[in-house]
Amino acid sequence: MAKRAAPEVNAGSMADIAFLLLIFFLVTTTMEKDSGISRKLPPIEESDEDVIIKQKNIFTVLINGKDQLLVEDELMELKNLRAAAIEFLDNGGDGTCNYCKGAKNPSSSDNPDKAIISLKNERETSYAQYISVQNELVGAYNELRNRRALELGPQKGFRDMNFIEMEKYYKDVKWSGNKEKLAEVIDQIRTEYPLKLSEVQEQ
Amino acid sequence: MSKFKKKKGGDLPAVNTASLPDIVFMLLFFFMVATVMRENTLLIENKLPSADQIEKLEKKDLVMYIYAGKPSANYQSQYGTEARIQLNDKFADVSEIAAFIAAERASKREELVPFLTTSLKVDKDANMGLVGDIKQELRKVNALKINYAAIQGDVSKNKKN
Repeated sequence: MAKRAAPEVNAGSMADIAFLLLIFFLVTTTMEKDSGISRKLPPIEESDEDVIIKQKNIFTVLINGKDQLLVEDELMELKNLRAAAIEFLDNGGDGTCNYCKGAKNPSSSDNPDKAIISLKNERETSYAQYISVQNELVGAYNELRNRRALELGPQKGFRDMNFIEMEKYYKDVKWSGNKEKLAEVIDQIRTEYPLKLSEVQEQ
Repeated sequence: MSKFKKKKGGDLPAVNTASLPDIVFMLLFFFMVATVMRENTLLIENKLPSADQIEKLEKKDLVMYIYAGKPSANYQSQYGTEARIQLNDKFADVSEIAAFIAAERASKREELVPFLTTSLKVDKDANMGLVGDIKQELRKVNALKINYAAIQGDVSKNKKN
């Protein structure tokens, strides 16, 4: 008998098999990246002594059950909130803040370190509105920090970089700049404009 | 004459599909690499609010998810339309959060526990009462790092329509 070559396997259905696998993966996996507004909750502390904070250093934001915004006991539109928060934080009333560009109004906050934003809500407040307000307030801080980063950056050798970019580069392993120096700048900006946003637990 | 005719004759040749499996495999590998397996089957409606000051959550293995929202259409007859919490594929009560966090912590290596973040995936139509209860519960178990999950977008999209 003559030696016969083994018959070739028909590979025509290979594409079908691959498609089947592909569809399986398309269905069972998700591509979404988790993102959101990161916050830190205050720890539960039974402190009897009340810390006395001057009323002028507190910026109260209340979202009521009808999703209306009360800022310092006055109604405000959401779109005006960011500007109002910036004005409050950047006021620099006691004159110790040499990087503030605010109005130096003595009846508003003393300096960004003492200024506290207090966010209150009611049980009926919608989550969407709450996130919108959080977003605007975090946006106010970010805007001030970005401005400061653009001022401070060129002195330290980080030209044309705002705060958000600085943080991004700091986390980026492929970035080739001087990370220690960048961390210093980031820390400095964070202490100059500390994020003091208190979320009051409703009763 | 016949010499030339012979070459021309016949229909259009069939397109060679031998590389089709390769193309499909390439797509397959792309999806295998770029995506992650779904972890929970959602029993609730979960439309996240929009925000533009969001940060990305790195290290997915160090994130605990708490879902909340009103039960989706299939479950409404059983569970009603009031917003509820979902932990690990099932509806849960606020009081079960402490146990959930403890279980999540136990499943991670000890040195990683301080870096655990809780991602609150709350439907935008839920009210803050529920979220406040969750927050209070998280404070009790000292899980203070939280992240309000949101998608990139302008806040004006959050308005009720």
